[in-house]
Amino acid sequence: MSKKVLVFADRKEGQLRQVTLESISAARTIVDDGEVTVALLGSDARKETDTLTHHGADRVLLVEDSQFDSYITDAYFLAWQQVIDQVKPDFIVTGHTTVGKDVSPRIAAHFSFGLISDCIAIERNGDEVIYTRPIYAGKAFVKKSFRPGVQFVTIRPNNIPLISVDPSRSAQIEELTVPIKHDLLRTIVTNVVKKAATGIDLSEARIVVSGGRGVKSAEGFQPLQELADVLNAAVGASRGACDAGYCDYALQIGQTGKVVTPDLYIACGISGAIQHVAGMSSSKVIVAINKDPDAPIFQIADYGIVGDLFEVVPLLTKELKKLLPPA
Amino acid sequence: MNFLVCLKQTFDTEEKIVLKNGQISEEAVEFIINPYDEYAVEEAIRLKEKHGGEITVLTIGPDRTEQALRSALAMGADKAILVETEELEVELDEHSISQVIYAVLQEQDDEFDLILCGYMAVDDGSAQVGPRLAQLLQIPHVSTITSISVDGKNAAIEKDVEGDTEHIQTTLPLLVTTQQGLNDPRYPTIPGIMKAKRKPLTRYELDDLSLSEETIQSKTTQKEIFLPPKKTAGLILTGSIEEQVTSLIEKLNKEAKVL
Repeated sequence: MSKKVLVFADRKEGQLRQVTLESISAARTIVDDGEVTVALLGSDARKETDTLTHHGADRVLLVEDSQFDSYITDAYFLAWQQVIDQVKPDFIVTGHTTVGKDVSPRIAAHFSFGLISDCIAIERNGDEVIYTRPIYAGKAFVKKSFRPGVQFVTIRPNNIPLISVDPSRSAQIEELTVPIKHDLLRTIVTNVVKKAATGIDLSEARIVVSGGRGVKSAEGFQPLQELADVLNAAVGASRGACDAGYCDYALQIGQTGKVVTPDLYIACGISGAIQHVAGMSSSKVIVAINKDPDAPIFQIADYGIVGDLFEVVPLLTKELKKLLPPA
Repeated sequence: MNFLVCLKQTFDTEEKIVLKNGQISEEAVEFIINPYDEYAVEEAIRLKEKHGGEITVLTIGPDRTEQALRSALAMGADKAILVETEELEVELDEHSISQVIYAVLQEQDDEFDLILCGYMAVDDGSAQVGPRLAQLLQIPHVSTITSISVDGKNAAIEKDVEGDTEHIQTTLPLLVTTQQGLNDPRYPTIPGIMKAKRKPLTRYELDDLSLSEETIQSKTTQKEIFLPPKKTAGLILTGSIEEQVTSLIEKLNKEAKVL
């Protein structure tokens, strides 16, 4: 019997996240000739069906209901539970995002499933599927597999390569209603305060511009933000910069903080302490800008500029503006 | 109020990882309380200072983890539970660990009003045990919290959501996972350290708990640990700042093709 993979799509402010397409690609790696079902929650879910289908879905399950537009653990738990009961998957894949991280362990505990979180690579060895994930924030990696039972994984954004898009694909579209009684929801979101400077999520950004102690003040992040704007990048920081109060802890990259794997990481005024390097050394290309030629960051950088970031960064921004179309 | 803090002892974040016979070597390694769990300990102490109550800290691990529990007791926790896994030959994963904690809680006389766990451990980083435990206990959880205040049975929480802050209302009993920015953990004082030595610490072995082998049997299994390929130092650009910037853009565009 052919195997079934269930992908839970993830949206942020109504937009399908790239990691959802990566999850479908992962699903196709797991079962090339099996059935991939994508479940999508929220208003206007239907408008995404073509995208999901062209990227590899065989079935799309829509739970078109505005009560799933914002995330509440209990509501999502009930919806995921119902979807799983209906699909009866052999594998479940979703993004290692705010939603995926929060609800997946509860679902796994409820069904007594194993869960391998934050996978960065998936390979098949005969019938066995092997999942690679970082440990110690990427100072080491572990390959894991499942004992018999449902295989549930969350995947880290930006790591699973997309399979080719096929606009001629078609999929079966189904609708599902999940009744939610509001008095059963044990947590209520009363307000959301937007703090993020840009809409670009650090863990999903293709380019990250990051500042350390060398940025010297909260205002010192301004030239970095301007560079990030030109590159359509997210701004990050080292623990040093966060501890010094130059920026919010939400920006921290490292073993405490976020681990990022962008295509391009530009480290400005960051010395390269081991706990920071753990959070960014898997970036594809690393640029270091630092006054100190002996800073350890240069040992892992692909390109280094020894110089004052307050001179280098604005110049870089100015030159890139000439080259790149306005974001 | 009755508080439970689940914590893990981890490598200091400044430690390098060395493999020995395919396993991570613990030789000469400095251990600390997982930094995220330290926020949990600190927050429990602050809430206790405000509302009164008792704080239990719990860990699962080898004998050395007593040190982490003693540090938490020295900070201000009241009693500790250590589930020892020294001689254990079975593999434990997040499923097993949450089942073990659940079984320990069934053994306790007290019910906990608030359970605090670090949002993740800096070693495994899987961020599973907290929410798994909440599900087993059938209580709500809020993850990655950066603020909490309690009023009777109600809790007002601020949660970090990728840089934005969600304000959440919920009720006790509750499990929260703690995020950076929640607080600044205190250092234990000398009198605190002295007192900690005499605070009660209960040890369990897995055999003491009503757990079948099937219940704690891991759902996943580890095949191989490996280190990332060593990054070699790249090119330090030369020339005037203007020349270096021009050369960098050229290389990012043509050589690395990342623009």
